[in-house]
Amino acid sequence: MKRTWVNETARSLPPSGIRRFFDLVAEMKGVISLGVGEPDFVTPWHVREACVFSLEKGYTMYTSNFGLLELREEIARDLQENYQVEYNPCNQILVTVGVSEALDLALRALIEPGDEVIIADPCYVSYKPCTIMAGGVPVEVPTKPENGFRPSVEDIEKHITNKTKVLLLCYPNNPTGAIMDRTSAEAIAALANKYNLFVISDEIYAHLTYDGKHICLASLPGMVERTLLLNGFSKAYAMTGWRLGYAAGPADVIAAMTKIHQYTMLCAPITAQKAAIEALRNGAVERERMVDQYNQRRRVIVSGLNRIGLPCVEPKGAFYAFPSITGTGMSSEEFCEALLKEEKVAVVPGNAFGKTGEGYIRCSYASSIDKIKEALNRMERFLNNRRKAAL
Amino acid sequence: MNKELAILELLEEDDRIQPEEIALRLDLSVDEVKQIIDRMEQEKIILRYKALINWEKAGSNGVSALIEVKVLPQRDVGFDTVAERIYRFPEVKAVYLMSGAYDLVVMVEGPSMREVASFVSQKLATLDHVQSTATHFVLKKYKQDGVIFEENETVERLVVSP
Repeated sequence: MKRTWVNETARSLPPSGIRRFFDLVAEMKGVISLGVGEPDFVTPWHVREACVFSLEKGYTMYTSNFGLLELREEIARDLQENYQVEYNPCNQILVTVGVSEALDLALRALIEPGDEVIIADPCYVSYKPCTIMAGGVPVEVPTKPENGFRPSVEDIEKHITNKTKVLLLCYPNNPTGAIMDRTSAEAIAALANKYNLFVISDEIYAHLTYDGKHICLASLPGMVERTLLLNGFSKAYAMTGWRLGYAAGPADVIAAMTKIHQYTMLCAPITAQKAAIEALRNGAVERERMVDQYNQRRRVIVSGLNRIGLPCVEPKGAFYAFPSITGTGMSSEEFCEALLKEEKVAVVPGNAFGKTGEGYIRCSYASSIDKIKEALNRMERFLNNRRKAAL
Repeated sequence: MNKELAILELLEEDDRIQPEEIALRLDLSVDEVKQIIDRMEQEKIILRYKALINWEKAGSNGVSALIEVKVLPQRDVGFDTVAERIYRFPEVKAVYLMSGAYDLVVMVEGPSMREVASFVSQKLATLDHVQSTATHFVLKKYKQDGVIFEENETVERLVVSP
């Protein structure tokens, strides 16, 4: 009898909704993509140059499990300067292989079998699978456009049980572009304190806000001891392929994560760590230049989507617009597939990010203005053809 | 945001950009953008709209040179007067007053090396107050006005990613 090698957990994980779409796009030529979750900028030259220099000097070895102390000191300084949160670089910061690894470590370090993790839906594609792989139970709290795609405290409260342990949030948000405002952040902090919950706050898009400064959840009263702050270099410094992130939080949680990290990953690549030091020390000017570019593109895409009849809440962070497509009568996947086949524009169906994402599409504006304008023209033609066909 | 500087940056990037697009990208009204541009044209902040051309690729055989000029300053004759005598020549494309080992740097373009050489020896070096010149011919242009002439790598990204 043929034995099934793959275990039940892996077999039952749903394949990423994005993966399927990726395969569809792979064979096509002339596609304009608003489907990417990464900056279209190349890592600034001074950062790449610092990395090349480190290779020339021979920095090709392991680092401490925590990551280079020099980098952790820069991270601590950066968090202090930007958000006035204090972390001891010796035992409260762990450098990881992207925020992805940090999230996985965090869930594995925190979750007992059956513990519930409250996740604002729609959300980044890894949150639910990683929760399940850590033995936890993901509990989705839907977010709505009328509340700026932020979870309301009442909605979260309805989902809290005696099994609830962790609140997993990501603001600025992928895929909706929502940001956390002070009132909501304070209400969520009060809730976490009231029910004694731990918060994992994925703040990878922290520097990409266009309407006021980012609010770091750990900076709110009573939060630093119950919050794990995840951040990295991918988005703000256009360093996705370097795979470098970090976690900052209570020493006991960081120690537990470091144990798992030491057995599974040992350390993050030194080359990327050297580059990250340069990014934190001298990267502000280039970073601000990129944010300014995203902001201009954001205005073009939001006004364009609303004009062609895909209503869109103003995204105030990250680099995604999340318009509703319910007016077309199509499902998210039908819309994206038809748009790709008829007009060769790639966008991501909202349901790839969770049930609540159905009826939406994610359009990334980490793309040149010219490409965004051409994509909007094609989308307008697509919608007009549909409307004509319906008559 | 300094509106004027933001508008200038967009125009320097692409001078064919329409006021409507500038207004959209910078969150300003179209009328305001038009007014600011008009004013900056009148005030000679915007001097001219021009294309950036790779002449070598276009098949032109013209040459350009950078000439260091040392000036002997004399009573009542400042650098400005000498510079003016130099920049009036049409073959001179740019003149800057410099700190350091020499005083003026003069960018010259001409149809051939011979023309440029004769301009230097007959016109420039013979000017009163010009003490010495050093001429450097440009062999190849890699980057000008922030634009790289030959990008030899195109980086392919995933078309869809989470």
